[in-house]
Amino acid sequence: MKVVLEHLTKKFPSRNKKDKSEVIAVNDMSFEIPDGKLVGLLGPSGCGKSTVLNLICGLETPTEGKIFFGDDNVTALPPEKRGVGLVFQNYALYPHLTVRQNILFPLQNLRGEEKLSKEAMEDKMLAAARLVQIEQLLERKPSEMSGGQQQRVAIARAMVKTPRVLLLDEPLSNLDARLRLQTREEIRRIQRETGVTTVFVTHDQEEAMSISDVIVVMKEGVLQQQGKPQEVYNDPDNLFVAKFLGTPPINVFDGEVRGGRLYIAGDAVMELTGVSDRHVTVGIRPEAFRVRDDAPMRCALVGVEVMGRDTTIVATSEACVSGSIRAVIGAEYAEGVGGEEVRFYLKESKVHLFDPESGERIRFDAAKAL
Amino acid sequence: MKKYGLKGWLYLLPAILFLGAFMVYPLVDVFVYSFEEGYNSASQSFFGVGAYNYAYVLRDEYFLQALKNTFLLVVITVPLSTSLALLISVALGSIKKLRELFQTIYFLPYVTNTLAVGLVFMILFKKTAYTDGLVNLVINFFGSPSVDFIEGPYWAKMFVLCFYTIWVVMPFKILILTSALASVRQDFYNAARLDATPKWRVFTRITLPMISPQLFYLIITGFIGAFKAYSDAVAIFGTDLNAAGMNTIVGYVYDMLYGNGGGWPSYASAAAIILFAIVLTITCINLLVSRKHVYYV
Repeated sequence: MKVVLEHLTKKFPSRNKKDKSEVIAVNDMSFEIPDGKLVGLLGPSGCGKSTVLNLICGLETPTEGKIFFGDDNVTALPPEKRGVGLVFQNYALYPHLTVRQNILFPLQNLRGEEKLSKEAMEDKMLAAARLVQIEQLLERKPSEMSGGQQQRVAIARAMVKTPRVLLLDEPLSNLDARLRLQTREEIRRIQRETGVTTVFVTHDQEEAMSISDVIVVMKEGVLQQQGKPQEVYNDPDNLFVAKFLGTPPINVFDGEVRGGRLYIAGDAVMELTGVSDRHVTVGIRPEAFRVRDDAPMRCALVGVEVMGRDTTIVATSEACVSGSIRAVIGAEYAEGVGGEEVRFYLKESKVHLFDPESGERIRFDAAKAL
Repeated sequence: MKKYGLKGWLYLLPAILFLGAFMVYPLVDVFVYSFEEGYNSASQSFFGVGAYNYAYVLRDEYFLQALKNTFLLVVITVPLSTSLALLISVALGSIKKLRELFQTIYFLPYVTNTLAVGLVFMILFKKTAYTDGLVNLVINFFGSPSVDFIEGPYWAKMFVLCFYTIWVVMPFKILILTSALASVRQDFYNAARLDATPKWRVFTRITLPMISPQLFYLIITGFIGAFKAYSDAVAIFGTDLNAAGMNTIVGYVYDMLYGNGGGWPSYASAAAIILFAIVLTITCINLLVSRKHVYYV
């Protein structure tokens, strides 16, 4: 089931009674979720991503705009008629019911033509339990299970009515680090197995990047960019997206383009065409740095962190605006690094220029590292 | 564990001393009195030991009347007041406008003096030489003859007593239930809504289980409170409850101790022990039933 959002806006009245201004949680969002894909809705806390989820499932009604499931306009449809399954951030499993009763609960609500026989309900319940691999826990109460198991039950309950769209609100935020890795693979597997169009909300870019077919990056209610995770990472539309994706984060510098050359702290680091002379903000991915004794970009060395496969060189530069510089390089290249200064040259495809005012990307035609 | 035994008891000592002196000792004492025939508190003397006090009390017409009144009061007011309070709390939870106003209004009886409320009830229900009372005016309006609620037939008096009791105990129940309802997480309702759960099913399968601990608390304390009713009856019918036929068990105990003739501590003790046994039994039954139906999260 394809999901299309058209110019979706959601305004909330201000909590402050004296202040009549509204809070715009979602601002003119338009995007399409392709059928059968896993989509990660990504953004910092309070950016409106959960509101988007609530709009899709119908718990909130949009102030403006339309929502389509396939060709059906569901904007005015109440949540129970939309055929969505929602997994809540804290799972919202009914604590007084067993796993079996929790999963059966949605089926027992079916009335009229949809009403199922006891056996049919049992079959569906078992199928859902099997999908998330909790058949052996059916008689437990939610309080007798781990967070990961509760998560699975919540997914089973959302999936038991075979929804057209599965929505997950911060599905991994309540789990510890190890379970998080496991569960995100699990979500990926369940989505692949069932082929259900899935949207999940997260503020963790790593989580979104690792399992999504498509990621949608939001900031303050406004859609910033959407696309395949690697594409968005490699080709960010603005500084916010560039900064938000990637660990360690992108290094940001004040820079200047003069005479077809990019200068950082007075060093010409790259030749490029297609950008007129101007001030720019330069984003350099940690993996863009290369070490060479006579390289153009001079930085003060702070330290070298060796962590298994990779080595991180920590350095500073007067032009760096994102704290210290973190450069990730292969361990074998780090051997010569030492002393007061480290010199880098750059891999040009990992360097992005942005407008210092608006943060919009400034694209250049061709570049050559010096 | 054993190492800290002495220290632990030492910490508990103040509480044990106080509870022992003011609770356990009197309880045991009452139990002893109830078997001492004709005990006189002034001379500290009694005639003999046996179950005679119980036999007397259980054959005393006034006690049987009090027992009947108390049971009726319990059976009528506890379920009615609890379910009414639940109904009002749910209604309060579902309105937005004027909610705080209504909450205040419903809570007012709780901070009003029992005897003052009794006075108001007298004015509403009492028939005097000058007026038949406000309630009777309404009854007359619908074409029925006046009823004397204070000195008239038994059912009318019982009605007033139950009405009064319910009115007095409701505010506290509403207070507890409103906060219990508000503490049920909205997520559960959202989940139920997404699954197209009918309203009634949401109430019985989600809301009720979630507030069952508080509901159970109210039922148990309601039972105990109603069994121990006394001041409510006095407020409406005056101190001579036996004459009005509206005595309660606690009223009977009081009468035996200090009432008209007074001075029958043995009978009073026996009646008190009977009441204690009844309340204990009912509470145990409540606890047994609750095990199946109360969910502590």
